[in-house]
Amino acid sequence: MRFEYNIEAGNFTKAGDASSSFKKILKQLNVDSQIIKRIVVSLYEGEVNIVAHANGGKVICEVDTSRVNIQLIDVGPGIPDIEKAMQAGFSTASAKVREMGFGAGMGLQNIKNNADQLFISSEVGVGTKLEIIVNLPQN
Amino acid sequence: MKLQEVALTLKARVICGQTRLERDVEAVFASDLMSDVLTIDSEKLLLLTGLVNIQTIRTSEMSDIKNIVLVRNKKASPEMIALAEENRIVLMECSYSMYKACGLLFEKGINPVY
Repeated sequence: MRFEYNIEAGNFTKAGDASSSFKKILKQLNVDSQIIKRIVVSLYEGEVNIVAHANGGKVICEVDTSRVNIQLIDVGPGIPDIEKAMQAGFSTASAKVREMGFGAGMGLQNIKNNADQLFISSEVGVGTKLEIIVNLPQN
Repeated sequence: MKLQEVALTLKARVICGQTRLERDVEAVFASDLMSDVLTIDSEKLLLLTGLVNIQTIRTSEMSDIKNIVLVRNKKASPEMIALAEENRIVLMECSYSMYKACGLLFEKGINPVY
């Protein structure tokens, strides 16, 4: 199954809409609640990052019996130094983003901590792509 | 502790979820930083926060937090109340500072998350 959501830049009222929609789908699919939480926390952090830093983007969520694969693809300034961006506490967030309760340099770490695999690629002046993989238990 | 007692202890006004005050609270986390809130993995959690915008409720939705008290006399917006209702979140407003609200609940024996 594949679900795609568009993410609007700068619109904090809608930030989290995609995560909320995908959470409802995962519940309907009877995914374990602890795994749902890991998936949606990482998705939500990524979604907020697109709203906060990019000029817009999209989220593609794919679910099969073994795993959930989420791609967050944005058009924007890109990340010049991914290693530095992964450091806890490093942030380029604006005052507006901080007013919303984010921008403390924890987002990418939160994503990494909740994902089984995280891949980041970025090109300055073009955009950033995050791929988050969470494995589903095999019964 | 039941949410009813939390409301009495903090002299809090219940904004939504009036019928859900029989819920138990086993731990409290206090923060205005939503990325911190997203790291918490506790059951039956109460969030104390002075951050008042729609992301307070969205963050709680993602973290499965069902109980929120807004401190420092902050007021929930209609959008926050609607989203809280949709997610069956109990939302309260309290005029105390974060420090005082935490102190009163700690005194009553509610555990910190860590």
